[in-house]
Amino acid sequence: MNVKRDRYFGRQYFFLVLFIVVWVALGMRLLSIQVLNDQYKRSSMVISIREEIEIPARGVIRDRHGVELVVNYPVYDLMVVAREVKPFDTLLLCRILDLDHLYVREYLQRQMRDPYLRVNRGVIARQLPIDQIGKFTEFQFRFPGFYVQERTMRRYPIGVAAHTLGYIGEVNQGVLDRDSYYVAGDYIGISGIERSYEGVLRGEKGLRKRLKDKFGRDQGPYLGGEEDIQARAGLDLYTTLDAGLQAYGEQLMEHKIGSVVALEPSTGEILALVTSPTYDPNLLSGRERAKNYHTLLNDTYRPLMNRALQAQYPPGSTFKMVNALISMQMNALRAETRYSCGGAFHMGRLTVRCHGHPGPTNLAQSIQFSCNTYYCYNFRDMLDRSNYPNTKAAFEVWRAHALSFGLGKRFNNDLPFGLAGNIPTSEFYDRYHGSGRWRALSIISLAIGQGEILTTPVQLANIAAVIANKGHYFNPHIVKSIGHPDSLNTAVRERFETTIDPHHFEPIIIGMRDVVLAGTARNAYIPGITVCGKTGTAQNPHGDNHSLFIAYAPMENPQIAIAVIVENAGYGSTWASPIASLMIEKYLTGEVKREALENRILNSKLIKR
Amino acid sequence: MYSNTTHQHKGIFRNIDWVMVVLWLILVTVGWLSVFSTGNQETFSNIFDLNQRYGKQLLWIVLAMVVALIILILDPKIVPPLSYMIYALLNLSLVAVLIFGTEVNASKSWFQVGGFALQPAEFAKVATVLAMARYMSAIDFDLTKRKTLLTVTGIVALPFGLIMLQPDLGSAIVLFAPILMLYRFGLWPWYLYGALTLALLFILDLMFSTYVVVGLIIISVALLILILKAKKREAWLMVSLGLATIVLVFAFDFFFHEGLKPHQKERIEVYIANLQGEDRDIRNIGYNFYQSKVAIGSGGWTGKGYLQGTQTKMNFIPEQDTDFIFCTVGEEFGFIGSMFIVSVFLLLLYRIIQRAEIQRSRFSQIYGYGVASLLFFHFVVNVGMTIGLTPVIGIPLPYMSYGGSSLWAFTILLFIFIKQDMHRYEVVG
Repeated sequence: MNVKRDRYFGRQYFFLVLFIVVWVALGMRLLSIQVLNDQYKRSSMVISIREEIEIPARGVIRDRHGVELVVNYPVYDLMVVAREVKPFDTLLLCRILDLDHLYVREYLQRQMRDPYLRVNRGVIARQLPIDQIGKFTEFQFRFPGFYVQERTMRRYPIGVAAHTLGYIGEVNQGVLDRDSYYVAGDYIGISGIERSYEGVLRGEKGLRKRLKDKFGRDQGPYLGGEEDIQARAGLDLYTTLDAGLQAYGEQLMEHKIGSVVALEPSTGEILALVTSPTYDPNLLSGRERAKNYHTLLNDTYRPLMNRALQAQYPPGSTFKMVNALISMQMNALRAETRYSCGGAFHMGRLTVRCHGHPGPTNLAQSIQFSCNTYYCYNFRDMLDRSNYPNTKAAFEVWRAHALSFGLGKRFNNDLPFGLAGNIPTSEFYDRYHGSGRWRALSIISLAIGQGEILTTPVQLANIAAVIANKGHYFNPHIVKSIGHPDSLNTAVRERFETTIDPHHFEPIIIGMRDVVLAGTARNAYIPGITVCGKTGTAQNPHGDNHSLFIAYAPMENPQIAIAVIVENAGYGSTWASPIASLMIEKYLTGEVKREALENRILNSKLIKR
Repeated sequence: MYSNTTHQHKGIFRNIDWVMVVLWLILVTVGWLSVFSTGNQETFSNIFDLNQRYGKQLLWIVLAMVVALIILILDPKIVPPLSYMIYALLNLSLVAVLIFGTEVNASKSWFQVGGFALQPAEFAKVATVLAMARYMSAIDFDLTKRKTLLTVTGIVALPFGLIMLQPDLGSAIVLFAPILMLYRFGLWPWYLYGALTLALLFILDLMFSTYVVVGLIIISVALLILILKAKKREAWLMVSLGLATIVLVFAFDFFFHEGLKPHQKERIEVYIANLQGEDRDIRNIGYNFYQSKVAIGSGGWTGKGYLQGTQTKMNFIPEQDTDFIFCTVGEEFGFIGSMFIVSVFLLLLYRIIQRAEIQRSRFSQIYGYGVASLLFFHFVVNVGMTIGLTPVIGIPLPYMSYGGSSLWAFTILLFIFIKQDMHRYEVVG
């Protein structure tokens, strides 16, 4: 080998160094953009893949007999991909779709400014009527980049139970941040069943990934469709509501403020959940939603509030049964116990007034005539003169019994936004009166369901159900079956036992029967049906007494338990008991025969509207 | 006059350097796979479908192999004497294409015959390197002489001027690649260093500001004088050199802001922004940069899988199977695949240099460096452009880009050297 060496032989090593430098430089750059930086991976998805989302039909909501309460109907949104838009006849588009041309121009400019928005579909006009869409499709070839997207809206065929059913609306930023399932523009249940059963009703969105070329033209499925997700339709719900009873309740409560809750005692199924004033749920669906919502929000009678779950009232005399039952369980009362009533309970400087009735009463009669004196005496005996070391200890036992009726806490049921009511604690009275410085007389209001006790209408109806069941209740709930009418929504059908022995209920039931037969609520009598009921007249700081009534029927085989509250309307027997009895008659017989009573209720306007 | 019998083998592959051949074959194969991947696979019938670019490219590859075989069969000794004639013929064809060529994209670069087109500029690269090697292999060749330097420059300038008339800036610029070859064979190194230094200063000027560059020059000169303990005369020389550089930088800056048309200026600004890691004006001038970076960048470690790319098929990238073919490698085979191709290229280049150094014939040695310079320049500028390191200049990636002209030209370029190398013992140089 005789390789000739020239003067510049050494310069060959420059090339070796050069190649190594280039290898390292290219390697570092490739490492940086391919591995260390994931911005280009995201851009790649945005640029070349169009994700088409398929929104499945939302589940239909029915009543217990299959009557449709909430259904879907199609609406059409106009979508636009700003980058695909070519110069077009803006005025024609605006004329067809009744849009403002300044808005259209400004919307497109806004979309163009954002590199993500300009390649993706944005909603430029919502819920267009079908005739406008028809005309648009005719001219669609003149508007490249514009698309029509079908969507479903909710409709309420009979327009009842607005609060229970709830409504849907566009997701807000909070939800978007929390739950990656939703994207801006999606709809979500905002209240009622629509909210609590959102996951069931919405189904699962479908996703198709399509390849697109630089002009946005479809180039077939991405990866042969292997990453596509099939949309799954939402499940239908069968509620426990009886649509006829619900509608009748809303009718009876028209022009009154208050609430009606009817339960099936043997299951806890809510048959009717009436709050008044109410509104047509169709108002909160469709294009006028925002406007209507505002009107309802500003209404001084607060029609958006669901009083059946969210209003808290002193139970008044309807609480006497609870006190009597607890007292019997605590061995402070027997069916034969009598206290005499001189028209009032006097103790020192304290006076609790009663009203004229025969006496002295036994337990059943005390309910029949709603004797305040009887319960005041007994309350003192129960807390101050029983076998417990002190008033506070007795009170704790009393409170535990009261809680077992489902009071003082929110039912863990399938309706959102319920309130807990209140059964006061001994700590509260310790703070208020000082520890050891309060006795039964200090809190005597509790004896007649006043004072710090607060209950919601659904809790009151549940008290009636507990008595009907002689000691137990089922969690009041609103959805009977999911998906198929024969399936049972067992998740919410939970049985709870009270701490009261069943035999204690006998005198209570007799008393409640006699309330209707010969007591404070004779207007609740229904020929042929034994109704057990109890009136209540709750004093409250907001104005006139609330009119209350709780009942169940028939006594022999209870099928309905009910609570009625009419705010600031006076005695329980004036408004609440007739309404309750009409509801019972309607539910048990299917028709109302007492037309005079029905007309009086239907034609009464207790509020000006 | 075989001097070493141990190197004798029978057949046309006698003494052939298989390393270069295999590396060439790898690049051609991966190139075709990438061209196939960018093609429309929905209408796929068979890989020989001549209505599809991958079908045509397969034909070009087969023809390139035929050409390579012919070169291996021919007598290598006829190459040096024929070099000037080939050079003359190619320059004539460059003139002819200006007259008879078909105008595509406002430039006359192609001879159109039926469905096929030839690009003489690609072959002119080979001819220029041949002519330079021939001229430089003369016994009395000395690059320090001004006349020699001018002649060499002339050999480059003629085809450069003709190609600029088409106009095709990319193809013309690559003719300056052999400056690397000249450096190896005695070019005063400061031509190279000076050019590199000025280029660096100009880029720094655009990236930061003129004052930063001026400051840098002043500090460098001061440091040099201090460290080298320069005598008075040397110091004055350095100061005046520094001043001259500063004047050049200012001149460049003035030219950039006042002398360029707005669109030219924007192009350069977008390139500079790219160097600094910013994706600027991605809808217009920066579009190519951005789209090709997205394609390569979305590949990750191992890529999306062969034929699974999304960016290199739907025409997001212009010239996705020619100048930007590297994007397909980057997207579908990821960092691993990209580095594999980069390594194959650099191995091939290193092998060429290595073989050039052991040539006995002066012509073969110089020619080998010419081949390496040309391939190196194409490779660096092309790959650099796809990842935003070099400006977008329309030149192909050797052996991989779609197109018969460039594939054949680069194959001829390489195989002439392979053939020379096979016969290196027969020549007494």
